[in-house]
Amino acid sequence: MSAVPAARRPSDAAFDVAAIRRDFPILERTVHGKPLAYLDNAASSQRPCAVIEAMSRYYETTHANVHRGVHTLSQEATDLFEGARDRVQRFINARSRKEIVFVRGTTEAINLVAQSYGRPRFGPGDEIVISWLEHHANIVPWQLLCQQTGATLKVAPITRAGEIDYDGFAALLSPRTRLIALAHVSNALGTIVPVQRYIRAAKERGIPVLLDGAQAVPHRQVDVQALDCDFYAFSSHKMCGPTGIGVLYGREALLREMPPWQGGGDMILAVTFEKTLYNDLPYKFEAGTPAIAEAVGLAAAIDYLDGIGMGRIAAVEHDLLDYANERLATVPELAFVGTAPEKAAVVSFTLGRVHPHDLGTILDHDGVAIRTGHHCAMPVMEFYGVPATARASFAFYNTRAEVDQLVTGLHKAREMLG
Amino acid sequence: MDLQDLYRDIIVDHNRHPRNFRAMPDADRHADGFNPLCGDKLTLYVKLDGDRIEDVSFNGSGCAISVASASLLTESVKGKTVPEAETLFRQMHELLTRDDAQVDVPGLGKLGALSGVREFPARVKCASLCWHTLDAALHSQEQVSTE
Repeated sequence: MSAVPAARRPSDAAFDVAAIRRDFPILERTVHGKPLAYLDNAASSQRPCAVIEAMSRYYETTHANVHRGVHTLSQEATDLFEGARDRVQRFINARSRKEIVFVRGTTEAINLVAQSYGRPRFGPGDEIVISWLEHHANIVPWQLLCQQTGATLKVAPITRAGEIDYDGFAALLSPRTRLIALAHVSNALGTIVPVQRYIRAAKERGIPVLLDGAQAVPHRQVDVQALDCDFYAFSSHKMCGPTGIGVLYGREALLREMPPWQGGGDMILAVTFEKTLYNDLPYKFEAGTPAIAEAVGLAAAIDYLDGIGMGRIAAVEHDLLDYANERLATVPELAFVGTAPEKAAVVSFTLGRVHPHDLGTILDHDGVAIRTGHHCAMPVMEFYGVPATARASFAFYNTRAEVDQLVTGLHKAREMLG
Repeated sequence: MDLQDLYRDIIVDHNRHPRNFRAMPDADRHADGFNPLCGDKLTLYVKLDGDRIEDVSFNGSGCAISVASASLLTESVKGKTVPEAETLFRQMHELLTRDDAQVDVPGLGKLGALSGVREFPARVKCASLCWHTLDAALHSQEQVSTE
């Protein structure tokens, strides 16, 4: 997400959603006899054949352990695995492949930074700044770190619209602020955080910034050099790739200073019982046999997304968001939760007396899959004074007809329980 | 699986108009129940006369299934002895979780309306939360969670 929002760029060719949908076999299935409308993409997206086939092909033809054997399969597997790292590097425009650390997902990436960057450095009186928008994965690792080091967690306030209150944030910065960790896009509300402004404020004070990009990378172009952030975390499974793998981008100079956080094979150069020499970046952070097939799948997912074009994906999803907002506004008693002007294609809402959990069951019977609950962001729910919301989150393969299917289900829920 | 089997008229009625929905300042026992999955939160209050449940009430917020289940619970255990309430708890647990439940459903009265929940595994915890909370209150635990 550079200075010009990708969503505003005109798409250069017609977007054939029917053809796109044929790439995703799961979208053809039915649920309770109704066509599936999968509107839970912020929780996890679906996979195109290209990803599924790349992983199958890898297992059918190439699998062996990486970085170990001199035999052909091990070499080919290593080439594919390291090729995936190069693919990720290009995708987010990191300076060096050494800055791309494969992890299990966004959660593990943030925990890695907390334990490897924060734990040796932070002490009593030091402060970590996050916001009220954060997913639990960008709250709890810092709470653990605070318990371990005596550091203090500071939480920037948000507005009723669901945006971080910049002045409230700036007021929290102090000479003791050691790290700022913010969502790039809110998972519960869809708010796109204007992170450049926050990073600028941090840079002026020499404070490193981590961005939780789990909800940003799947939906628009992310350039870590343009952002000038220090750490950036995201998950494969939200961007059409497999589960079980994600990425931590870290500025090389910072990663170099950080100790390993897990020990084992692959992360060492030489081991004796007296002393172990750690491997170079990024392997220092990748103990044990990595998720090889998943890395291959992630690279295939990036190829697939790039083939469509992140700018077009953003534009198509923005169009779906506009349509959903317009249609949902016609449903009596529907209240939007989170109304920031800049949003990813996520709509969080409540529906009068109908509890979100009942809504989830009723919609499921019409084939509509949405998320209901606290979305792993309980402080956000507390802020709005609701125990839970219903959340529809869109991907480029969704259609206006699926939005209509959602709206029909909402009317039915009101009839049953309203 | 039919939605009407889950949201039967009795359930919808007890959700719209929950019975005994109030705090009880002079309760002998109370316990909080929490279902983290969907955010259901309820407090159950019990007043005892010896071994007999003289009064029972609840408040909190939750989905239609959890509110209706709690409302039906209060109607059904009021006036019962603690062992009788515990027997009901066991029967409800079986009714909600076992396909081969050996439960006399007509004998449960209105509580039988919850038998459809079994077909919706994601919702079983909603229906059973109040029963676990009652059990906790009767055993003087103050908190219970479905996780």
